[in-house]
Amino acid sequence: MSVVFAPTIGLQPRETHYCPGCTHGLIHRLIGEVLDELGVLGRTVGVAPVGCSVLAYDYFNCDMHEAAHGRAPAVATGIKRVLPDRVVFTYQGDGDLASIGTGEIVHAAHRSENITVIFVNNAIYGMTGGQMAPTTLIGQRTTTTPGGRDATLTGYPMRMSEMLAQIPGASYVERVSVHNPVYVRKAKKAIRRAFEVQLAGQGFSLVEVLSSCPTNWGLDPAAALSWIKDAMIPVYPLGVLRTPDDPPAYLTAVQPQTGAMSGSGMPPASGAMSQEGEGSAD
Amino acid sequence: MPRTLMKGNEVIGAAAIRAGCRAFFGYPITPQTELPEYMAAHLPPVGGVFVQAESEIAAINMVYGASGSGARVMTSSSSPGIALKQEGISYIAGAELPCVIVNVMRGGPGLGGIQPSQSDYFQATRGGGNGDYRLLVYAPASLQELADLVQIAFDKADYYRNPVLILADGMLGQMMEPVEFRDDLPRMSLPAKDWAATGTMGERAPRVINSLYLKPEELEAHIHRLFEKYEAMRVDEPLVETVGVDGADLVVVAYGTTARIVRSAMATLAEEGIHIGLIRPITLFPYPMDVFATLPSSVRHLLVVEMSMGQMIDDVRIANEGRLPVSFVGRTGGMVPTPALVADRVRELLAGGSR
Repeated sequence: MSVVFAPTIGLQPRETHYCPGCTHGLIHRLIGEVLDELGVLGRTVGVAPVGCSVLAYDYFNCDMHEAAHGRAPAVATGIKRVLPDRVVFTYQGDGDLASIGTGEIVHAAHRSENITVIFVNNAIYGMTGGQMAPTTLIGQRTTTTPGGRDATLTGYPMRMSEMLAQIPGASYVERVSVHNPVYVRKAKKAIRRAFEVQLAGQGFSLVEVLSSCPTNWGLDPAAALSWIKDAMIPVYPLGVLRTPDDPPAYLTAVQPQTGAMSGSGMPPASGAMSQEGEGSAD
Repeated sequence: MPRTLMKGNEVIGAAAIRAGCRAFFGYPITPQTELPEYMAAHLPPVGGVFVQAESEIAAINMVYGASGSGARVMTSSSSPGIALKQEGISYIAGAELPCVIVNVMRGGPGLGGIQPSQSDYFQATRGGGNGDYRLLVYAPASLQELADLVQIAFDKADYYRNPVLILADGMLGQMMEPVEFRDDLPRMSLPAKDWAATGTMGERAPRVINSLYLKPEELEAHIHRLFEKYEAMRVDEPLVETVGVDGADLVVVAYGTTARIVRSAMATLAEEGIHIGLIRPITLFPYPMDVFATLPSSVRHLLVVEMSMGQMIDDVRIANEGRLPVSFVGRTGGMVPTPALVADRVRELLAGGSR
């Protein structure tokens, strides 16, 4: 008899605290499987966020750090810089990454920290009971947008992956979904690719995973998966936004500067970057 | 070792590297910026890591990650930047991670000014972040003491698995003095970091660096464990210098730069035949309480001098337990008290003047 399904050693053998129908557990499993299949579990260090997945450190079967809200990319920077041969990842929700942690994620990408970020976007704050996130859809009812999100008061849904993909240091950025098995398989492939980018020393990689929150969306689990497909994906289109093979054109215009701070103490004239950098970006 | 003329901020960097610090995460802010500059130049050649973070908040969280990975790590800033680091410092204390943090104090509140100050005493000794925790706080008064204490601080941080704060001020950071990097400093025998989360290598159960305890009975037990460390510090770590206390009518209490100004005032007064004493706390937490309980009976008055509106004076009052009248003189906002100001206040008090 062949085994068709077994637990992954990438996760610890215990029940999670996630709500019925929540896809956090599924995304954990994909990461655990990838770390196992790549043979790097023993030299992986993860960073857990604040939010619903705050207890992720109890589930991943590798060493973990629990970060303050939004600070996981800075914590991961500290880990990776002193342990450059380890595989380092952060697991962050949309409140954590897209709201309180915007500074840390932008600058980790900017420095092209050689880490992998798994960004779980469910368009709401789950742990605190369903408040508006920067990623909440227009018209979406939350406890802090009881009449539905109004762009004139709270802005539009924030597309972090598109924003981060503009940063020269962001080597790999892809958005995936887990609303049905076909997309789950694609999501796993993207997560694997992201870790492979890190293993190749190619710098910052991020996979945004559209995820469901039946409890705070007020939907049953099946309807919540449909809502990802019907409501979220049109706002957050799936696909690869950056790979190490397609750096922005203006990067080729930035030449290494020589003689910085020599002699006069003044920085060298920055010809290429200032003249062509902004204009030819994108 | 020969003595070298160096700037205070650079002394801190050189001492840290000698103590085995191999990772520094910082952000520019006056008057401490020479320190990250020193680390940027001198850490990479010894295989160390320097990162200029995007903010003080990011820098202290990088310290958290590096410390949890077993590295000897430091960050530095000046008052407003140290305020930003408080979140991370609380997490580091909660997760029982070692690190050395340097505050080169300037005037506050808010953006304040860039001149020397001692107005972060409460923040340093009462815990500027949330929760029940303490830092071991050193307050050097010379660059030689700074060089020594920075090196000792790394061992103490590892020993207690707790952040150690070097509380300097803009004067110490910016001044130059001859310094000897001593080879005979006491070194502690330290256990292996068998708690660091560096990867299981498939050979052990996963480790977690964490300050979250959702069950209140577990959090309370954790805090009690932290306070056992702080109690051990209270017993073993207080450092204090006393000068001319025996036979003195009046004893001044001052730390850091201010204590040097008091020494100048003492010299002036001695020429007039007025002999006063000095208590100079070197650790601010734990505070050297015992010295106040054992003052000679000649002492009838305590005078606290600070570059603030009076913050350490609270600890003096606690240590004094109401035995002696306690007076205060100081300047704040970046103004530095002169020896003449201190001497005038001493003469006034000895003449029975107002408290």
